[in-house]
Amino acid sequence: MEQPTSVTADESALVAAFEARIAAGESIEPKDWMPERYRRQLVRMMSQHAHSEIVGMLPEGNWITRAPSLRRKMSLIAKVQDEAGHGLYIYCGTETLGVDRHELVEQLLDGRAKYSSIFNYPTLSWADMGVIGWFVDGAAIVNQTILAKASYGPYARAMVRICKEENFHKRQGYEICATLANGTPAQREMLQDAVNRFWWPSLMMFGPSDTDSPNSAELLKWRVKRKTNDELRQRFINLTVPQVAAIGITLPDPDLRFNAETNNWDFGEIDWTEFFQVIGGNGPCNRERIAARQQAHDEGTWVRDAATAHAAKQQRRSSQAA
Amino acid sequence: MAGDAKALHTSNGVEADSQWSLWEVFTQPGKGAPHEHAGSVHATDAEHALQNARDVYARRGEAVSLWVVPADAIVASAPGDAGPFFDPGNDKAYRHPQFYKVPRGVRVF
Amino acid sequence: MSEHDDSDTPIGTAGAATLSVAGVRGPVFAAPLVEYLLRLGDDRLVLGHRLSEWCGHGPILEEDIALSNMALDLVGQASMFLGLAGEVEGKGRDADALAYLREGVQYRNALLVELPRGDFGFTMVRQFLFDASSVLLLDALSGCGHPGVAALAAKSLKEDKYHLRHSSEWVVRLGDGTAESHARVQQSVNEIWRYTGELFEHDIIDDAVAADGIVIDRAALFSRWESMVRDVMQRATLDMPEDVVMASGGRRGRHTEYLGHLLTVMQSVARAHPGATW
Repeated sequence: MEQPTSVTADESALVAAFEARIAAGESIEPKDWMPERYRRQLVRMMSQHAHSEIVGMLPEGNWITRAPSLRRKMSLIAKVQDEAGHGLYIYCGTETLGVDRHELVEQLLDGRAKYSSIFNYPTLSWADMGVIGWFVDGAAIVNQTILAKASYGPYARAMVRICKEENFHKRQGYEICATLANGTPAQREMLQDAVNRFWWPSLMMFGPSDTDSPNSAELLKWRVKRKTNDELRQRFINLTVPQVAAIGITLPDPDLRFNAETNNWDFGEIDWTEFFQVIGGNGPCNRERIAARQQAHDEGTWVRDAATAHAAKQQRRSSQAA
Repeated sequence: MAGDAKALHTSNGVEADSQWSLWEVFTQPGKGAPHEHAGSVHATDAEHALQNARDVYARRGEAVSLWVVPADAIVASAPGDAGPFFDPGNDKAYRHPQFYKVPRGVRVF
Repeated sequence: MSEHDDSDTPIGTAGAATLSVAGVRGPVFAAPLVEYLLRLGDDRLVLGHRLSEWCGHGPILEEDIALSNMALDLVGQASMFLGLAGEVEGKGRDADALAYLREGVQYRNALLVELPRGDFGFTMVRQFLFDASSVLLLDALSGCGHPGVAALAAKSLKEDKYHLRHSSEWVVRLGDGTAESHARVQQSVNEIWRYTGELFEHDIIDDAVAADGIVIDRAALFSRWESMVRDVMQRATLDMPEDVVMASGGRRGRHTEYLGHLLTVMQSVARAHPGATW
């Protein structure tokens, strides 16, 4: 963790005013003064979120060509398209902090930037499409509804737009799962297997307990983060367990138990070594995810260059004609 | 570094491998409504920006009209302008419609 | 022109007419209107599927969204045309049954749309050539005498006009972009050109659907298509190939080897669980 650089008296006054604005619930806008550290944390947080949306297109994109009905095919294309859009909104929001998108793309491809751990897991059956919508979008919603009130204006506004679309994704995912649960024995088995594979990684999406998370305290003070990882994880579990019961399947956690005192579902130990392995680059398909993005980027270079060259030609022509 | 690594150029001066330039998008949700800032897109020219804006911000029929503006064409007031620029002084009540009394019985639209 | 040779029993339902174009015979369905609608639906389903292969792999984020948009529109249109085909057929087959349970030889799409997606330039050239013909065809169909078809055509026309705008602009950008982009798309044009003729074939099915109120001479659309395409090619500084022998067969189920692999992937989950609901 970085040591704060020493500040002049003027700068301390600016920081104090800034923190007072945040405490008062004001929105910070792109041209407002902000501590360099705030700017950096936001670039990190927002770009990580955007990268997650983009990488997240791949596990679901994997099943578009095999979607088993025209309606599901269309829904899945639309969902993946929405994720591209979400990445785009947030990249644009990040650009307001003075960084160009091509730098952000580079940071993802060369491994400097992180993205959500869940997308390093492979999608192995059609049922994964339902479970991802239900668990992964569901977890994202729990995280993001809070972000809609984040202190940085462009991020909060992107989040409002995203939350609307994400609710739809979660309902779609749950509907796929409910259909499978009420289907043939093979479909039920497909669903249960997908749930067994995605449950724990979904819980890990919220990150380790905040005592183990270096950025949390600062982000909470600046109202970029509003709740702790543990609070959000518990909220997600409380919401999801009844939904699981409603379609008659089980969760792979023998320690799951309702606690009448706290009104929470108590749950088993999360295997954090798996989490750290995955975010450290050794998950099931980290390399494949980045390789796919690298390939798209590389194969697209001639296209991007051509568009730029054409626009330049057009400009020269119109200024010559003028 | 923010701001530094903008245009990368190849040897013949063409901007190499950029994500294209930034355009701001304004959408009009319905006839008669004002255009609102929706976000941004990247594109190489105006027609391109319009199409991208439509696909990103209006594909669900949320807009009847789109404006796209190169991001660097936008001139914004600075936050520090707030005082002298924006506060006319609340003592200038005559600038507000409520200042003017209307005779009883006259309907004001 | 059709031939009916008694010594050469055609495969197909009893009473079905044989079709002979350029000396090739093949089976057809009993009702020409069903056949006609399958052609429209299959074109869009296969092309939409090819476009959907780009999701997550586009050259830039904005284009990922644009490609998905076109894919969605086309699969949606396919769903409607195939749905109507199933209704007219009257054997209880809906759009899904037609999409997921027919063999490749029963598909009626043009060969153009089943070609693999290639590089982005290939995709855009193919899309442009299809869009230009589709816009003309749907415009004509939206005024035809079959209300169901006219309505679907009118709805699809709006979407296809937007696609044409997108694809034609890309052909120009890439043709008149860099030396590399120009070379790549010229190559794509040269490879794809032999598949364009099929879009304007006029056969006994086109004649037969006059009885359903549909009177469209595809060959007559050709000259308008050609001038639209020439205009864009000129702006793109691309050469239009000449004296090309056109490929044919898709309308009669005589496909390239590409379609089989496409359908194997597309139909795999549905076929693995017969009768299941999704």
